[in-house]
Amino acid sequence: MTGAAALALASHWRRHPLQLFTLLAGLALATALWSAVQAVNAEARAAYARAAEQLGAAGYDRLESRSGAFMDVAAYVALRRAGWQVTPVLEGRMRLGPDRVTVVGIDPLTHPSLPALDEAAGRVQPGELLGPRGLLLADAGTAARIRARPDLPPVVEVEQIPPDTIITDIGLAERLLGLPGRVSRLLILPDQPQGIPPLTEIAPALERIDAAARSDMARLTDSFQLNLTAFGLLSFAVGLFIVHGTTGLAFEQRRPVFRTLRALGLPARRLTVLALAEMVLFATLAGGAGLVLGYLVAAALLPGVAATLGGIYGVPAPGSLTLRPEWIAGGMGMSLAGALLAGAQALWRLRRLPILAAPGQHAWGLAAARTDLALGAGGLALIAAGGLAMVLLDGLIAGFALLAGLMLGAALLLPPILGLILRLPLPRRAGAPDDPLAEWFRADMRAQLPGLSLALMALLLALAANIGVGTMVASFRLTFTSWLDQRLVSELYVTARDDAQGAQIARWLRPRVDAVLPIRAVELRAAGQPVFVHGIIDHPVYRDNWPLLDAAPGAWERLARGEGVLISEQLARRSGKWTGARLALGPGWERIVLGVYADYGNPTGQAMVSMEDLLEHARNVPNRRFGIRVAPERVPELIGALRAAFDLPAGALIDQAALKARSLEIFERTFVITGALNILTLGVAGFAILTSLLTLWSMRLPQLAPLWALGITRRRLMRLEILRSVALAGLTAMLALPLGLVLARVLLSVINVEAFGWRLPMHLFPLDWLRLLLLALAAAAVAAAIPARRLTGVPPSDLLKVFANER
Amino acid sequence: MLLTIDNVTKSWPGETAVPVLRGASLALAAGETLALTGESGSGKSTLLHLVAALDVFDSGEITIDGTALSGLDEAGRAALRRERVALVFQQFNLIPTLTVGQNLAFHARLAGRVDRDWIDRLTGRLGLGALIRRYPEQLSGGQQQRVAIGRALAMRPALLLADEPTGNLDEDSSDAVLDLMLELVAETGAALLLVTHSPRIAARLERRAHLAGGKIG
Ligand SMILES: Nc1ncnc2c1ncn2[C@@H]1O[C@H](COP(=O)(O)OP(=O)(O)OP(=O)(O)O)[C@@H](O)[C@H]1O
Ligand SMILES: [Mg+2]
Repeated sequence: MTGAAALALASHWRRHPLQLFTLLAGLALATALWSAVQAVNAEARAAYARAAEQLGAAGYDRLESRSGAFMDVAAYVALRRAGWQVTPVLEGRMRLGPDRVTVVGIDPLTHPSLPALDEAAGRVQPGELLGPRGLLLADAGTAARIRARPDLPPVVEVEQIPPDTIITDIGLAERLLGLPGRVSRLLILPDQPQGIPPLTEIAPALERIDAAARSDMARLTDSFQLNLTAFGLLSFAVGLFIVHGTTGLAFEQRRPVFRTLRALGLPARRLTVLALAEMVLFATLAGGAGLVLGYLVAAALLPGVAATLGGIYGVPAPGSLTLRPEWIAGGMGMSLAGALLAGAQALWRLRRLPILAAPGQHAWGLAAARTDLALGAGGLALIAAGGLAMVLLDGLIAGFALLAGLMLGAALLLPPILGLILRLPLPRRAGAPDDPLAEWFRADMRAQLPGLSLALMALLLALAANIGVGTMVASFRLTFTSWLDQRLVSELYVTARDDAQGAQIARWLRPRVDAVLPIRAVELRAAGQPVFVHGIIDHPVYRDNWPLLDAAPGAWERLARGEGVLISEQLARRSGKWTGARLALGPGWERIVLGVYADYGNPTGQAMVSMEDLLEHARNVPNRRFGIRVAPERVPELIGALRAAFDLPAGALIDQAALKARSLEIFERTFVITGALNILTLGVAGFAILTSLLTLWSMRLPQLAPLWALGITRRRLMRLEILRSVALAGLTAMLALPLGLVLARVLLSVINVEAFGWRLPMHLFPLDWLRLLLLALAAAAVAAAIPARRLTGVPPSDLLKVFANER
Repeated sequence: MLLTIDNVTKSWPGETAVPVLRGASLALAAGETLALTGESGSGKSTLLHLVAALDVFDSGEITIDGTALSGLDEAGRAALRRERVALVFQQFNLIPTLTVGQNLAFHARLAGRVDRDWIDRLTGRLGLGALIRRYPEQLSGGQQQRVAIGRALAMRPALLLADEPTGNLDEDSSDAVLDLMLELVAETGAALLLVTHSPRIAARLERRAHLAGGKIG
């Protein structure tokens, strides 16, 4: 009996291969979308972790030469003698074959453990890495290039190392790089002994750099990761809706088969098990195919991703994908969970299915109203739950809970809202011709809603994700460009070797440029946290360019008079002190907060006082860095002249334009990737509409045939079919716009604040919305045209069968 | 003559073309009622569909009110159905997403000839007053057919075509529906071409024609 029933179930698919195809394709596409996003995301995260930990950069404070140049090994020796626990690192670039590689020289005996070292430890004697004829550690690609060079020492292949990087003993690195007696930086090991003399006494030329403060830019671009994570979440929701939709339809279409089987005496339980087994089989097959597809998509995107990661983290990320178990599990899990969820729902209905109900006799008007009510209540409940999570929980979890509640709730609300809109009375102009077709069109659209609602929900989410993430990324970019413009207002930045040289340079520069702006700061504790206090001279350049989020009247004048302090947004948020509050910077040094400025990407607090105020209250304020205002076209010439006059190393002169270009490039790349993923999501949502329309098509002819018989041409009906799909997509897009903006708002001012401590101002890009709207409408039109085109080809006798046959 | 069918042939394409109509001819004057009978598969429905311009014939000519159907393109045929002929099929005539009231007025509105009083009268005569707000699927078969007849007559067609309109109903409701239909047709002055199996029904119309061997005898 079971075999016969299984055969009956399967025979449906044999008769309707298109339905089977759309079911499997829907499942596969949803899985592909999710796993592509996951793969890109996982790769990004892994590359970051790899870069940070393989080079031993994570977690250690370090000492660097203030000038940014190499330091002398003597400084290292002096520090060790004084009791400082530090370990030297020499890093440089070396030509190897056609390209350059990074050589990292370390002291294997004192350096904190490195994954590459641990990996090599099994195969290499501990002492072998050391000494003039020691070993090089590199990945397979680099190793091959090393072996081609007989003059180089032997190489050991390791996996846990970035490409184009060699790790070796520092003595060997000195030789390879031709930098004897040089050190790039000293890592400060944990557990420093008590009472070691301060740095200023032993090595005043060195500067201690906080592990956390080191890479402002990298902190900044953590936002990119967050952005991808949010996107992953949304794509999961989109995928789930699509899987749910296609599976649900698969059951809907086979109602008659199920009913017949029940009528023939197959127990409901047996039928349930059979149908479930079938769903699991399909979900597994399609999920597997989707994983492969997602992998291919991710691999296609990855050259861009790799470039982006390279740009963001300053390390080359491998351009190849590794299959990660977590996203395989995630993809299959989603496919199965979505199919089972939808299947369970359908089966529950199936078990209560009256065997004798005549087909097509369910009073759709009433049923739809009840469903709308349930969906509306569920949607509101989810949104409320999201809001509640915001109150009860805190941190990122709350932000993401709010996000999830909002998005899913809004998706559930879509069908009732669309139903309401379609029920609104149309304003009828006096004297307008009576249009019964328009009336039918609206009624028909309402009737089609239940069948299309899951696809429309997916479209809603895809569009909202598009708008939300797009707005976030674009706001991000715009904010940073203008922020960079304002903050990096000087055309050239100079760092002198010491205060004496600083004074010389300033004197030399003054007659040659428009302005020399000293950059002087001390680190102290205020409001219970470390704060960098900058002193600024009274110069219009600050007034005109510095971005203030909030300010008291005459803030700049009062700052110049030494009456107050301007603080960064991070400091304001963390200390709860805003304009008008009083902030103690030290004993006898309390100032009123005159304003708050944006300081994106900087984890530590900042404050600005007048230069006189700073020098009066703080001692030993270095005077080595300057911003220089000069006509941009004079920058290269000035750099050359400065170098010639003062023997400055390359890192001591920073061309603002170059710096800005580098930062912008990073954002451009994140743009490309989010853009590609956005298009992909939209495409998948478009496909969901197509499959829904295709599967509904078999029920469509009987609904259209009476109209045709009453004298509406098939061509006109086809146009109406397309118009219907476009209208529904358009309405959905209208609703997606506010949802997307709310999403952007949550991303920018809730999630970003929770994660980074600053709020991004939101910028609106109506042209992007317009493009998106057109894209959605086009997708809907194509999705409708594919089945509707057949209408013109249907022979009249097929349409006439509708009126003669039993259905 | 309102309707002339002149030597019409029609065959269904297949491996060997199956001729269904082999030169059928018939004429019907305005206001006349005619019952077309014939065995199952003899081509009654096929002929009716050709007259309704739902399908095209191979040769011969059909004229309705002076319009030759062979000269019409798809749009012209659609316009003919919209404005001049009305049809009642055996079942599934109604538009499922519109209420009974909307269905009743639908064809008249398409034709641009809405006469509210007439539709209200029709509604009362057909006993549909209480069902106006329901949807077709909430009606019995006989009720649905009454709506279909009401919709057809609401537009005051010159020619009403009916293909076994009571074929799905039991004898009692079938008689009731037919009575109503004949009464209302007489009131509107429409000509009626009705396809039926039943000699009992055929006997109630003014004229009878029989289709056999692809010709009308
Ligand atoms: N679309 C079609 N393709 C091929 N043959 C068809 C088609 N439609 C009808 N036929 C054939 O044409 C012949 C006439 O069919 P038609 O439906 O006109 O008969 P009918 O007289 O209305 O029969 P009934 O009384 O059973 O309704 C039948 O033999 C039928 O099989
Ligand atoms: Mg027939």
